Amino acid sequence: MADDVTLTIDDREVSVPPGTTIFNAARRLGIDIPHLCYDPALGLAPTSSCRLCLVEVEGSGNPVPSCSHPVAPGMIVQTNTPHLRETRRLIIELLLSDHPHDCLTCEKAGACDLQKYAYACGVKESRFASEQVAVAPVQDGPAIVYDRSKCILCGRCVQVCHEVQASRAIDFLGRGFDTCISLPPGQTRDESACAECGNCIDVCPTGALTYAGAEGGGRAWEFEQVRTICPYCGCGCTLVLNIHDGRIVHITGEPGLGVSKGLLCVKGRFGTDFVGHEQRLTEPLIRTGGELVPATWDEALGLVAERLTRIRDTHGPDSIAGLSSAKTTNEENYLMQKFMRAVVGTNNVDHCARLCHASTVVGLARAFGSGAMTNSMDEFELADAIFVIGSNTTECHPIIGAAIKRAVLSGKTTLIVADPRAIELTEFAAVHMQQKGGTDVALANAMMHVILAEGLQDNSFLAERTEGFEDLARAVEPYTPEMAAKITGVPAALIAESACIYAKAEAASIIFSMGITQHTTGTDNVLSLANLAMLTGNIGRPGTGVNPLRGQNNVQGACDLGALPNVYPGYQKVDDEASRQKFQKAWGAKLSPNVGLTVVEMIDAAADGRLKALYVVGENPMLSDPDLNHVEEALKNLDLLVVQDIFLSETAQLADVVLPAASFAEKDGTFTNTERRVQRVRKALDAPGQALPDWQILCDLASRMGYEMHYDHPSAIQDEIASVTPSYGGITYDRLQEGGLQWPCPDREHPGTPYLHKGKFARGLGKFHAVEFIPPREPPDDEYPFVLSTGRVLQHFHTGTMSRRSDVLDTLVSVGTIEIHPDDAARLGIADSETVRVASRRGQIELPARVTERVAPGTLFLAFHYREAPANRLTIAALDPIAKIPELKVCAVRIEPRPAAKS
Amino acid sequence: MSDTSATQDKSAPAPPSEAEIASLLDSLGVSPDSNLIGVLQDVQDQFGYLPPAALGELSRRTRIPLSRIWGVVSFYAQFYTEPRGRHTIRCCRGTACHVKGAGRVLDAVQRELDIQDGEMTEDLMFQLETVACLGTCFLAPAMMIDNQYFGELTPRRVQSILRSFRAEHA
Repeated sequence: MADDVTLTIDDREVSVPPGTTIFNAARRLGIDIPHLCYDPALGLAPTSSCRLCLVEVEGSGNPVPSCSHPVAPGMIVQTNTPHLRETRRLIIELLLSDHPHDCLTCEKAGACDLQKYAYACGVKESRFASEQVAVAPVQDGPAIVYDRSKCILCGRCVQVCHEVQASRAIDFLGRGFDTCISLPPGQTRDESACAECGNCIDVCPTGALTYAGAEGGGRAWEFEQVRTICPYCGCGCTLVLNIHDGRIVHITGEPGLGVSKGLLCVKGRFGTDFVGHEQRLTEPLIRTGGELVPATWDEALGLVAERLTRIRDTHGPDSIAGLSSAKTTNEENYLMQKFMRAVVGTNNVDHCARLCHASTVVGLARAFGSGAMTNSMDEFELADAIFVIGSNTTECHPIIGAAIKRAVLSGKTTLIVADPRAIELTEFAAVHMQQKGGTDVALANAMMHVILAEGLQDNSFLAERTEGFEDLARAVEPYTPEMAAKITGVPAALIAESACIYAKAEAASIIFSMGITQHTTGTDNVLSLANLAMLTGNIGRPGTGVNPLRGQNNVQGACDLGALPNVYPGYQKVDDEASRQKFQKAWGAKLSPNVGLTVVEMIDAAADGRLKALYVVGENPMLSDPDLNHVEEALKNLDLLVVQDIFLSETAQLADVVLPAASFAEKDGTFTNTERRVQRVRKALDAPGQALPDWQILCDLASRMGYEMHYDHPSAIQDEIASVTPSYGGITYDRLQEGGLQWPCPDREHPGTPYLHKGKFARGLGKFHAVEFIPPREPPDDEYPFVLSTGRVLQHFHTGTMSRRSDVLDTLVSVGTIEIHPDDAARLGIADSETVRVASRRGQIELPARVTERVAPGTLFLAFHYREAPANRLTIAALDPIAKIPELKVCAVRIEPRPAAKS
Repeated sequence: MSDTSATQDKSAPAPPSEAEIASLLDSLGVSPDSNLIGVLQDVQDQFGYLPPAALGELSRRTRIPLSRIWGVVSFYAQFYTEPRGRHTIRCCRGTACHVKGAGRVLDAVQRELDIQDGEMTEDLMFQLETVACLGTCFLAPAMMIDNQYFGELTPRRVQSILRSFRAEHA
């Protein structure tokens, strides 16, 4: 490292690394040089266009822009001379010459940089006052408003859009006085590349870009700001809730803050208004005479306790099951599984991870000894190659999607995408392998065949770190690219090219999601990716790894804390005698040694009468589970269905007792994001009506059933978690104040673990598994000739309980559509937006078609968010034999124009 | 060909088809390595303007964001995104020309072609613009058609120049 450079700024000496700008050197001294076009927190290259940050450097003639000018040894800098003050005053006056002076009513007042600098410079009015820009504010779409008259053309919004969010939707348009910030003319926001993330609003220094929903809601000095974690996907971005009058007025990101460094997506920024929705549950409900009628907590919990006790005593504890929730906190998941195990006495506890990443947890545990994402989110930009397979990252994990795009745009990273659809990432990919659904094992095996044939494997890694290589080599031998091309539909040359890119990269990362896991061969698919990483030594180093992206905000935590039928917190097995003894002692209760039922097995058990009662916390199997007609029959067959939720979900509508819960914004706790980072969730609002946090409800219920359960605060629950969960052993609330901690974090001194398997796998040696291709359970045939794949869209989340009650999100996408290729649409006489009927062997739905080349001929795609067109009426409940995950990605359907309406 | 012309609001020529755009961009070998401004000039030479559909296709092939392409196109005065006549007439309205009867010259052009300043003829032959000064005051009153100067104009000369130009370039 080169020696630091010493210079003098405003008569004070400072030493900084060479290459540091004067601006940043001044910051070290606490000197904040005025600036408008430069946003240091974004880490973007300065453009030096506003000229406000000019400083005088002795001996250099004219003032220089400090944001871009590097320091030099012995430099003498003045940042605040009379001449500079006059220059800045002039610049502000020029900016104000055509700027409306409406600070009295401007939304940005108090947080506006132009206002701040005008005040600092004492500019009361502009010497150059001219006609103001007479362009009315433009609101295109439900959220973002652009007021040209307040725009100073600093370009921060363009920079964040191009270089950070990498949507590249907006740019300067026109020239001279007519210049504005614009989408491509002729495109609406909806048609453009804009992801409606609203990061442009956060970086705008004036009131030019604002959020329509915040208009009139209050101004900077009126807001109480609470930092918490987003309730949507597994990225775990830090949200700043701006609260006024007991309402979340708007959400901001803070540049540099949290895992996304302040970047937010459309759901995090605009999608949390569901918290204040009028349909929130505010009082317990008990089914009386077929109707759900309001009751007191005492009545509702008394009834649940009494009936659960009776069912347990009559039919045994295994006649009761619980669904925990990947939306609730770690503490609540811990208590839910403790309630089921220690109070009810059964291991019948599971949650929706079964439907998304059960095969990941099983597969990676077998190969590596740990079922979690191996590396960290901020390492993707360190990778030389990224292989994305079965993950529509920009829509389902937008912040990670943006990181991948940035990595490609930087020129460092080569992207390979394998996906049956032409997802957005394919526009950034060097290679797109458009494989047929459910053929991933053949694809991965062929890539490994190429790697071995070309001698690109990492022999020393194989020798030192792994076992079972010979089995793998034998298994992939027959999978030539040509043979795999026949199975997958991907040209052999693309398979070979992808294999070489991946294998030759110094650091290569695999990213996958439900395109890999939601198959009857889900575990096999995961094992194949683990094989690929080990074969090339791409694990245990920064920028490498096998990285499953977890879907829910706290699905990682729900798994970690034992909301699974086979393990206690920290993946300690229920059928391991020592583990069972440990938890019996810790919880003071006798525990069942029998592995419990999984989600889909619970439904089957309810259907055939083995299961009598189901306690559901914040889950919605009536939309999320495969084969909904079967699910409905099963739930109606129960003696007791209890649902604890924030809304009357489709499942809650069938319940005997409904318990109103607090939302993420109304309680304290922790969530664990996809990269194993435990982060603090903070209470910002009071829950509506009588709604209570899930942990309080569970404590009350347990106590009523004779098991004393009391905690003063979720931090006390976390302390208990740390005492029984080795990987969470060092995690306490006081350590989570700034940022979070990535497990394993075994003790209070441990700094957390950014990437796993460094030097040694969790299970010792990494284990190769020879995996053969097995076709999906339900191939298309003459009667049902199309392959249906289900998934998500950017603007909605899962069963829509939250996102469809958000004004902005539901306005953006208000109806579900089924994607069909133009050739198929033409052949069947289906026009875009026309309602079609889609049927499988299990059910049928009707919804509008979307004719698009995103899907391949012969395939259809449908998101599962929509209650009016539930994708899961069509899907098949065929399970992966090991992970018990259903094959939600492939089933056979037929599609036809809707027959003429009968009415 | 007839001499009757009309203004552009009565008729807009059909934009080039997807196939025409694709074949032009194929022939130009457009790729992520292409020089954007050069390609834009080539496309404009071919179609007389930059059809928005061509910009979309150009964005896909160059992987340059459409927003940035529009930023470039809208910045330079040389680029047009609306259909234009194939030949641009620039009538000088500078001081010298004004004194020597530029107004009558412009009237004559407008009457002959039946278009106003800023419009194009129905047959897409001519686009009419006025400019502040062509810098050829010794030719006053003057006009240009594309790169060719015409000086010491009278309404009668204007008529014969336009008719013979049209005949030559038909």
